[in-house]
Amino acid sequence: MSVLESPVTRRRSPRALAAMTRTETRLFFREPLVPALVLLLPVLLVVGFGMIPGFGDPSSDLSGQSGTEYIASIGVAIVLAVLGLSILPTTLGTYRERGVLRRLRATPVTPGTLLGAQLLLVGGATIVATLLLVLVGSLGFGVAVPRNLAGFALAVVLGAAALLSVGLLVAAVAPTAKGSSAIGMTIFFPSMFLAGVYVPRETFSPILQHVSDVTPLGAALAAVRDTWQGSWPHPIHLATMVGWALVAALVAARTFRWE
Amino acid sequence: MAVIEVHELHKRYGETVALDGVSFDVRAGEVFGLLGPNGAGKTTTVEILEGLRTPDSGTVRVLGLDPVRSGPALRERVGVQLQQAQLQEKIRVGEALELYAGFYRNPRPVDELLDEWGLAAKRNTPFKKLSGGQQQRLFLALALLGRPELVFFDEITTGLDPAARRQTWDLVRRIRDSGVTVVLVSHLMDEVEELCDRVAILDRGRIVALDTPTALIAGSGNEQRMRFRPVGAISAGLIEDVPGVTAVTRSGSQVIVTGAGDFATGVTGALARAQVLVADLRLEQRTLDDAFVALTGRSFEDTDETTHDEKELEAAR
Repeated sequence: MSVLESPVTRRRSPRALAAMTRTETRLFFREPLVPALVLLLPVLLVVGFGMIPGFGDPSSDLSGQSGTEYIASIGVAIVLAVLGLSILPTTLGTYRERGVLRRLRATPVTPGTLLGAQLLLVGGATIVATLLLVLVGSLGFGVAVPRNLAGFALAVVLGAAALLSVGLLVAAVAPTAKGSSAIGMTIFFPSMFLAGVYVPRETFSPILQHVSDVTPLGAALAAVRDTWQGSWPHPIHLATMVGWALVAALVAARTFRWE
Repeated sequence: MAVIEVHELHKRYGETVALDGVSFDVRAGEVFGLLGPNGAGKTTTVEILEGLRTPDSGTVRVLGLDPVRSGPALRERVGVQLQQAQLQEKIRVGEALELYAGFYRNPRPVDELLDEWGLAAKRNTPFKKLSGGQQQRLFLALALLGRPELVFFDEITTGLDPAARRQTWDLVRRIRDSGVTVVLVSHLMDEVEELCDRVAILDRGRIVALDTPTALIAGSGNEQRMRFRPVGAISAGLIEDVPGVTAVTRSGSQVIVTGAGDFATGVTGALARAQVLVADLRLEQRTLDDAFVALTGRSFEDTDETTHDEKELEAAR
């Protein structure tokens, strides 16, 4: 019977995933603060700093990158960190705590579908927020379109994969929704510092720079900055992002509980 | 025909024995009750039937299928209302039903369910703005969305006010009348007495009795109590000598008579002959509470201490 039934279920799963992603997207925009934080804050940063005279000139303190491009790169890092370390674990923690995942277990569809929908949503939000940032920045605020576009796309995708995996891991190990968001926040601020969001990594000591290289957000921001200026991501940054994505996702998959 | 067959289920969580040899059948079209105090093993039993938990040993067939191996196929045909499950705070009633409808092969039309469960006016209301009763009705509608042959209702009236409970009971009867087999988990005696065709009483992981509510009550011993307040004085010997009376006690102005058989008729007859007027005459009906005491030697309320066992169980899971 199960052999007979399974193709039917399999055929229905993509439809369920699509429907759930649509619903989760609608719910995402019903929380007014969240889309504003993810989609608008980075753009406002670029707009604000872009209006400072002389900020668009290449700076020796930023390895030759202009201030506005540096700010735009930070914008991408903020999007990755907010979605991966805050929104994803908090949402999943809440869904587990409220029994939303438990209720899905009682249907022919697995609660994994909701996880998939959330990942598609936050992945999509990353792409939209990044495009918005590049578009607005290049249309009049002194930010060039990333000079190595393919490398830039690779950096954003791998960065998102790494940060979202870490977010999944946080949701998997935290016992409650509050725990999820607390752990997420505890990682969030050191990550932002180590990545060089608060002060450029050029001001770091060599040791701190090495540490920054192996953090997911540090590797992502470095790769985004490199590709913006036209080079390819450094292999160590690629390896760091791929490593975090794989290891965190694997551990999360093994430890995640539906209830 | 048996819709559910359960044979010798055993389940432990660490040192705690949750189920200790549970066996029963559920027949097509009946409302079957699982009654017992917290921690008795009701929810564990139901979760095994739903395929959400695996027993340590024993066999389970639901609609002829193994719930663990045929989970998705089974969940297509079984509706579930879970204890402690909620939906996304901002999802609207209509959205939730439409979303869940996509999970089933042949779902009921959403509009039909909205009308049936009195939710049509709430179609655009977010989940968290619904009252407890409305949330409960939404979960019932969700449970019936896939045209199930069998539904599980776990503590269906928890947190509802008395009027909403009555309403929910009517809805359960409607579901039964439409030919769906219902398994009702409850720790409320009156609910089970009101709704169930047959009841299994669970205590400490074992089934201590399984019968119709009427038979369980009748089997709980034949002593009954009668209370009244005499207007004026009565002599002690007047009632004590009535056949069937075993004890007469006084509590303030009230007289409490305990007896067996048809003693009540004898007592009222004796009072009438002695021309004693009585007020507030009450014959206390035996309930499943009495059956539970008779079966386990403990009253249902006494078992509330087991609540912390339930928490330990949760922790052990």
